[in-house]
Amino acid sequence: MLPKVSIMTETAASKEPIKSSEIDPKFKYELSKMHGSEKILKCFQCGTCTSDCPVARYSDTYRPRTLIHMAQLGLKNRVLNSDTLWLCAACFTCTDRCPQDVEVASVIRVLRNLAAEKGCVPLVFKEQANSVLESGYAYKIPELRIKKRETQGLPPLPKGNPENIRKTLKGVKFIANLEKKGEQHGQ
Amino acid sequence: MGNKFLIFLGCAIPYRVSAYEISARKVLAKLGVELVEMPEFNCCGLPLDPVSHETMLILAAKNLALAEQQGLNILTLCPGCAGTLKKVNKILKEDKTLREQINGHLKEAGLEFKGTITTKHLLQLLKEDIGLDKIKSSVVKPLTMLKVAEHNGCHILRPKEYIGFDDPEDPQTLKALIEATGATCLDYIDETECCGAPSVGVSDKVALQLARDKLSHVKMVDAQALITICPFCHIMYDTNELRIEKMFNEAYGIPILHYPQLLGLAMGMTPEELAFNELRVDASKILKQVNEGAK
Repeated sequence: MLPKVSIMTETAASKEPIKSSEIDPKFKYELSKMHGSEKILKCFQCGTCTSDCPVARYSDTYRPRTLIHMAQLGLKNRVLNSDTLWLCAACFTCTDRCPQDVEVASVIRVLRNLAAEKGCVPLVFKEQANSVLESGYAYKIPELRIKKRETQGLPPLPKGNPENIRKTLKGVKFIANLEKKGEQHGQ
Repeated sequence: MGNKFLIFLGCAIPYRVSAYEISARKVLAKLGVELVEMPEFNCCGLPLDPVSHETMLILAAKNLALAEQQGLNILTLCPGCAGTLKKVNKILKEDKTLREQINGHLKEAGLEFKGTITTKHLLQLLKEDIGLDKIKSSVVKPLTMLKVAEHNGCHILRPKEYIGFDDPEDPQTLKALIEATGATCLDYIDETECCGAPSVGVSDKVALQLARDKLSHVKMVDAQALITICPFCHIMYDTNELRIEKMFNEAYGIPILHYPQLLGLAMGMTPEELAFNELRVDASKILKQVNEGAK
């Protein structure tokens, strides 16, 4: 048996009884028209994704089959507000093994994108997005590292072009929201 | 385009995995591969795919368009970057509407995606462009004294539809490349499982248990080192091994090497040249063996 280690508390998708008022019967059809989740209707809930999921092995709450089921049932707010949505490691095992070719990991990515549009985003993604906008790199590369390259015999690190990055990302909702919030914080 | 590639470093490597870059550049130079630096860089887009698919598509397409202007194929050391650039290249070549939409964004920076280049990860380049025979003939110090294990990681193998140069269920490329150095590559339980790195920051508990699983399976077959080809997998094991040992009260002592470090040793390069000093888990035991074996 593995020792139990608890570093972060996982919040399960709400186990409250489902009220008919929270069901959005058209949600699955909306998803079936979005890039990445086109095949959600083909899922027949066999559970291959969950049984092969490395994260599900150690998480008490993350179950890809359940997330897909919730989306199929139209439990839009429940699934989009669920913390467990962010546990997928994007290893694509479920995508490669799904007998119905649902592309489970892509459906979960679409659900995450929708959650992000509502503002439900773990901090780490905001930090990485801001770093990309500022420097081109997803992480803030320490000056020391950049200088050290020369002594390590490495060529200079290619520079990002923040101006061009911003230009190409103009009109992208997620980026616009991020910048709006950034301005508010700056005030 | 011959053996000349535009090298795409990605973000994780310059951030904290320089040993991988140093050793890869040395090994590639020896194999006659010429590397050209990216004229301008931005993240491949993968880290932002979970929050905005559109952002990922634009960032990836921007890099592809820059490479097209150079008329060079891309080489990456990070499987995440390779997978993303390959996938976006395929999607945009096939979907005209999406291509036009993304090109509308790129136009703002005077760029256009045309779909004229390809992307390869180091592993694929070594297999397809250099070939096992040439790699074997570059070995001057066969590492026959070493028994190691491999960790491919996920993004070099999956999703098969976009990556597709090896079998995700029973991959052979890295094994063959390891054996080309003279070392033995051992089989172990759940070889293709995830290292856990993508879950760091969201649930460290899940991430560390996955890494612990892998390390214990590698230990079970008495591998002297674990060989990786991904900066994130390397960070996951190398940086966390001591932490995992403490947490689970177990001892592993398994050094985690970047594949080009192993190949470089077999090519006769010194541990200093291959930046072994950057590794957190002590590799001196196997280096001693390599040194003694060569005498």
